[in-house]
Amino acid sequence: MGETITFWVLAVVSVSAALGLVFSRKAVYCALMLGVVMLSLAVLYAVQDAPFLAAVQIIVYTGAVMMLFLFVLMLVGVDSSDSLVETIRGQRFWAVVAGLAFAALVALGVGNVVFAPAAGLGAVNAAGNVPSLAELIFTRYVFAFEVTSALLITAALGAMVLAHRERLEQKATQRELSRERFVKYGEEGLDPSPLPGPGTYARANAIDMPALLPDGKISKLSVNRYIARYEAEEGTIDPKVAEILEGEDK
Amino acid sequence: MTTHYLVLSALLFAIGGIGVLVRRNAIVVFMCVELMLNACNLAFVTFARQNGNIDGQVIAFFVMIVAAAEVVIGLAIIVTIFRTRRSASVDDASLLKY
Repeated sequence: MGETITFWVLAVVSVSAALGLVFSRKAVYCALMLGVVMLSLAVLYAVQDAPFLAAVQIIVYTGAVMMLFLFVLMLVGVDSSDSLVETIRGQRFWAVVAGLAFAALVALGVGNVVFAPAAGLGAVNAAGNVPSLAELIFTRYVFAFEVTSALLITAALGAMVLAHRERLEQKATQRELSRERFVKYGEEGLDPSPLPGPGTYARANAIDMPALLPDGKISKLSVNRYIARYEAEEGTIDPKVAEILEGEDK
Repeated sequence: MTTHYLVLSALLFAIGGIGVLVRRNAIVVFMCVELMLNACNLAFVTFARQNGNIDGQVIAFFVMIVAAAEVVIGLAIIVTIFRTRRSASVDDASLLKY
């Protein structure tokens, strides 16, 4: 009974999350939806006498794979949204039709099979799920297991090779950077010194505290414009800051 | 119960397949592939219990290992393509066509 309830709850959750993965426009939502599907599948494994796989599913999939996905999403740009232009006309429609037809085919095929009552893993798991899995992996499947290590090493090497980028020009030295700054100073009159950080000489060391010049005035360079605009809209802006920024369009 | 699990697995697999065909963002396509692999794993685990034989779980374990390696390489390729073409859309990488 408990298993039936778990199954139906998780089936609804995972199917709707999978639909969300396909249909949500934002890539980060897709990643989170995939995380939901993976977690509910982990629970389904645990229900089906596979506690080791449930743990591995959570650690490898939701832990490692999802984090990789999110990292790459952030690297590649979260807002790289899908184009709505179809390269092949009618592709979306026929893809959905084909997908539904496939689901119907497999579901009807499986639905027509009469299964004997599940044999269950009670006898096999008598010594514990992990020891019995380990026994199989290190006896019958030991060769596949060894090959797996080669695969993982190859994957790690491949990722390093793909991610490596040759530096095409020499890295700018500090001397060159400084020379560049002074050339800019001569040509455009830009201050060669670094910008004053917020909070320098001020009472607190927070980003919304403008730096004070040695004579006690606010350094205009250090005023954070975003915060100032927000505070001006809220009406909580420091009058001194407002005075400095006066005449500047918000 | 076995039938239920298998139908759920088939549904997830089909949804993943639709996603692969419909979406244009390479990363989302990749996520849908992961969904299909997960659906297959569910079927393996279900059959393991149905047959009272733990081999299905071992295969599911190996599928997970291969999926992890595949994600690493696939994402590295996507990042490399993005670096040269400034786009993660699968439609833009069509140079081989011409």
